[in-house]
Amino acid sequence: MAYLISIKLREDYSNFIFYLSPLVAVFLTLFFGSFIFLILDLSPIESFKIFFISPISNSYGISELFVKATPLAIIALGLSYCFKNNIYNIGAEGQLTMGAIFGGGIGLLFNNSSSILLLPSMILFGAIGGAFWATIPALLKTKFNTNEILTSLMLTYVALFILDYFVVGPWKDPDGYGLPKSMPFPESGRLPVLFDGLRIHIGVYFAIIICFISYIVFNKTLFGFKLRVSGFSSKASQYAGFKYKNLIFYTFIISGACAGLAGLFEVSGPIGLLYRDISPNYGFTAIIVAFLGRLNPIGIILSSLLIALTYLGAEDAQLFLKIPSAVGFVFQGLVLFFLLGTDFLNKYRISIK
Amino acid sequence: MNLDLIIGILNIVLISTTPLVLAGIGELVTEKSGVLNLGLEGLMLMGAVTGFVTLVLTGNYFFSLFFSIISGIILSGIFAFLVLNLMTNQIATGLALTIFGIGLSAMIGKNFSGTPIDGLSPYYLIIFSFLLVFFVSYFLSKTKSGLIVRAVGENHNSAYALGYNVIKTRYLTIIFGGVMSSLAGFYISVCYAPMWQEGMIAGRGWIALALVVFATWKPWRLLVGAYIFGGVAIMQMNLQAFGVKLPGQFFNMMPYLATLIVLVFISSNKIRLKLSAPSCLNIPYEKNS
Repeated sequence: MAYLISIKLREDYSNFIFYLSPLVAVFLTLFFGSFIFLILDLSPIESFKIFFISPISNSYGISELFVKATPLAIIALGLSYCFKNNIYNIGAEGQLTMGAIFGGGIGLLFNNSSSILLLPSMILFGAIGGAFWATIPALLKTKFNTNEILTSLMLTYVALFILDYFVVGPWKDPDGYGLPKSMPFPESGRLPVLFDGLRIHIGVYFAIIICFISYIVFNKTLFGFKLRVSGFSSKASQYAGFKYKNLIFYTFIISGACAGLAGLFEVSGPIGLLYRDISPNYGFTAIIVAFLGRLNPIGIILSSLLIALTYLGAEDAQLFLKIPSAVGFVFQGLVLFFLLGTDFLNKYRISIK
Repeated sequence: MNLDLIIGILNIVLISTTPLVLAGIGELVTEKSGVLNLGLEGLMLMGAVTGFVTLVLTGNYFFSLFFSIISGIILSGIFAFLVLNLMTNQIATGLALTIFGIGLSAMIGKNFSGTPIDGLSPYYLIIFSFLLVFFVSYFLSKTKSGLIVRAVGENHNSAYALGYNVIKTRYLTIIFGGVMSSLAGFYISVCYAPMWQEGMIAGRGWIALALVVFATWKPWRLLVGAYIFGGVAIMQMNLQAFGVKLPGQFFNMMPYLATLIVLVFISSNKIRLKLSAPSCLNIPYEKNS
């Protein structure tokens, strides 16, 4: 009794399955998640209620959802340019940190200023900082053909240590009781909130604008077309006369600038100063968001909201279910596993004879 | 400086560097067969927590070691299934493994953080790490199986044409890497610390990953590199005690900066050939294509 399982590349590549598989992945994650809750001796239904529904059942919760989703969406939108081009920038966490250092540095340098130009220049320098950090792997890739996956990853840790150096060294708050944090930014350097008493800030508008622009770029411009072609085959793009090296540069700079922007929004928005742990892994989690959103701008907005919910749910789970907030990472890891796994069904047809 | 102090410092370097050697050698073998596993940090955390929890529950070092290794086999087996059978993206799958491991280890260990245990002497695994480097070096350069591993990593299509089982070889190297990572985790929570704390691997998985590149995929160089990195980290603490003003963060970034420089250096193709970087690294193998 031998069954032959044959695996063949699908010829009828279907858009329907392509967009269905994230939903299947989410469903499988919930299914497995309920087993985890059962093992922990918790009722799955009650737990899911605390995890996914109660965090967003009031206006404060919904505001927090957007506070978490904003950086994820902005970073993931930037990354989608790289990933579409088949360039693996996985150093968004470092680019985010550099954006916070550059933009935040402006805020600390002019901390007596009440000029309305302070915030715009912080935002500008945030984007420049992130883009600058992303040009390093781009330069190494185009000049020396150095593997961008490893360089961008190494640079992430370098950036984190640079931030650490600043907040325990030159930028340490003299009145901060020796804690490793900077002085707070002046009021003019803080990101305006949308509603009094809630933390949701104007970064949301930036996310929406970037989403809109990306949608047009990907679908209506020659640049977007070049990205898709060279992502499919870098050789084809070179034969077509596209400057592949320039594409690598542009995509790295766009994704770095987005990550830097997100970093600046974090420190000038909800946090208000610089310290060590400005990001709960947003730069890495955004990679999941980009994949889960299928590198589609609208998909990324939706998946950023979903992944943001795992952060909020994990905080509530810690509070009410007494399980570590790291449970959020379990869900994030699972959803990525399942998404990658279901992609297989998308690419290949399996039949048993 | 007296002799006792020097011996004391060397001893600390020896004890703190061993996990880098263990995890690094595992990843080296995995990468030699053409697979990049970014899940080291997650594998090490899971190895650490299963080893620790088993020791608290049973009080038996053998069981503790055993279950720690089992965790490595299961998790790296899942990774292998995804990247080899389902041909998923290795980068994304490795990151998923790390994120998943960070989360799951914290959940498993939540009731055990701060529990005191009698640690195992670190010297067993320290001696093992040196033997491991010797055997892996011998295996890769002198044995037929080692040659197959390298062939699979160098050109999987040719290796397949020659009749070698690419998938099976990579399964074995990935699981070997997973077991070594979990052993490194076990060492940290049971021998080195000895305790459990959420996220206690603290980036050692990434340093081990950097080391493999730094060592240009050569086991002996990896051993030397690990001791340079480990030595610099310990030296930094001592220098600060002596009042040297250079900020510690710059010492901490050195492994990453050194790896960056090596990466640039080995990128040009002529040098790359001499330096034995596996050319199929991170390229998925599709059997029926």
